[in-house]
Amino acid sequence: MSIEQFQDRNIGTQNYFTVDIEDYPVTGMEKFRRVVRRTFRGELFVGLWVVLREMFRFDIHTVQYPKEKLPIGPRYRAIHEMQRLWESGTERCIGCGLCEKICISDCIRMDTRIDENSRKEVTEYSINLGRCIFCGYCAEVCPELAIVHGGEYENASEQRAHFTLYEDMLTPVEEAIAQKQKEFPGFGAVTPYEDERVKKTPLAY
Amino acid sequence: MDVAFIIETIIKIVVLLLVFSALAGFGTYFERKVLAFMQRRLGPMHVGPYGLLQIAADGVKLFTKEDIIPQNVVAPIFKIAPVITAATAFMAAAAIPFLPEFTLFGYTVRPIISDVNIGVLYVVGVMAIGLYGPLLGGMASANKWSLISAARAASVFISYEVVTGLALLSPIMLVGSLSLIDMNNYQSDGWMVWSQPVAFVLFVIAAFAETGRTPFHLIANDHEIIDGFGTEYSGMRWGLFFIGEYANMFFISFLTALIFLGGFGDGSFLGALALLGKVAFLFFFFLWTRAAWPDVRPDQLMWLCWKVLMPIAIINIVVTGFVVMFKG
Repeated sequence: MSIEQFQDRNIGTQNYFTVDIEDYPVTGMEKFRRVVRRTFRGELFVGLWVVLREMFRFDIHTVQYPKEKLPIGPRYRAIHEMQRLWESGTERCIGCGLCEKICISDCIRMDTRIDENSRKEVTEYSINLGRCIFCGYCAEVCPELAIVHGGEYENASEQRAHFTLYEDMLTPVEEAIAQKQKEFPGFGAVTPYEDERVKKTPLAY
Repeated sequence: MDVAFIIETIIKIVVLLLVFSALAGFGTYFERKVLAFMQRRLGPMHVGPYGLLQIAADGVKLFTKEDIIPQNVVAPIFKIAPVITAATAFMAAAAIPFLPEFTLFGYTVRPIISDVNIGVLYVVGVMAIGLYGPLLGGMASANKWSLISAARAASVFISYEVVTGLALLSPIMLVGSLSLIDMNNYQSDGWMVWSQPVAFVLFVIAAFAETGRTPFHLIANDHEIIDGFGTEYSGMRWGLFFIGEYANMFFISFLTALIFLGGFGDGSFLGALALLGKVAFLFFFFLWTRAAWPDVRPDQLMWLCWKVLMPIAIINIVVTGFVVMFKG
């Protein structure tokens, strides 16, 4: 089975059919005939043949997980990441607090201050991953594309209520300057066709 | 009874116990691998190369696990039940010739512990006592799943003893002896399966019920009654049930091969290899059906036994009797 078949959500156009169920036997003779038919039709041997064929074909589908991993989709919503601006490496987060406000499981906490350049600066930022349901609202609401969802899904920990701190999520400066930071193609990200889709603000009225 | 005979017998018993306990372990490995390959999985892969040391890991786990005796169980019966299963399985092996006679350092070894003249009767009878393992274990467990399993064990084993016995009766009539070695030698000019195909099919079906393997896996049916009689057991007591089950599978495979499939033939080295090959195939067949076939319901199992298999077995005996009478 290929991934396309799973992604095909057009229910009406697929090859569904109703299973033809024969009537249940009522009289003793009918029951007897059904037993005889089922006994000598050799269906049990069909089953034996099918599994034996699969054994010799040896088309194993197991993914040996810690050694092999399946690729995940670009819109996968795993542990959050904090992005930096390209080239300058300045933090993208402007401390607007929208993510804290919209978080439906109330797991984001942030603290901000106005720094010496009159720019709002994030002093404290944490996500309680024990509560986070990975809905992606924070990433969607972020106006600066600062908080995004990464692909790191192996987050087993000794502590259930493990806090993720701002420093843990933030892209290292060197990485941002070297332009190795992966741009987020998921929720809220700019799509390749944004120019055609975004309409100008109707100032005329 | 001289000393040499006693020492020889003790050595044979120890070898048999060691070999078949180990084979029970390897049996679990093969079962997991074969089932996995048939279901397009890999099976155990992490412990050792290709998961080969999984048996050792399982053994260490079973031996070191805490032996829990739950609060409301009938402790003496609860403790003795797994021993009954394992012990009866191995006791039944006493009358089975596992290989033909061979000479080792000038000493003739007969790989059968005791060639009693009631061989088949003894093997089938002692295997039937194995019923008390699941029955007593299930009833003593103070657990309703176990109780259901005990009731099923009693009904299934008692019913299918009838089929086993009646199916074996017609080969016994042809051979005229109960010794498994005589049965093996009788087939030198043609396997029993060609002269007694109906008895062979009946015996194989009954063997699945007796060992509680998949089409008739009702006694410890994981998906409806957890592990049946084994639910409350832990550690090596549970492991004894397991060893008993797998040893039973091997012994009943030997029995089928010896009675119906020509056994070890003329007793040459090739014949011995052929016997082991037949047993290996029959054991594989046990695993194969587990991957392929669904389980039947308990009432269907009883229906199959009393309304289908038993009448066929009796007709088979009558026909065999007439043939033996008129052909001499």
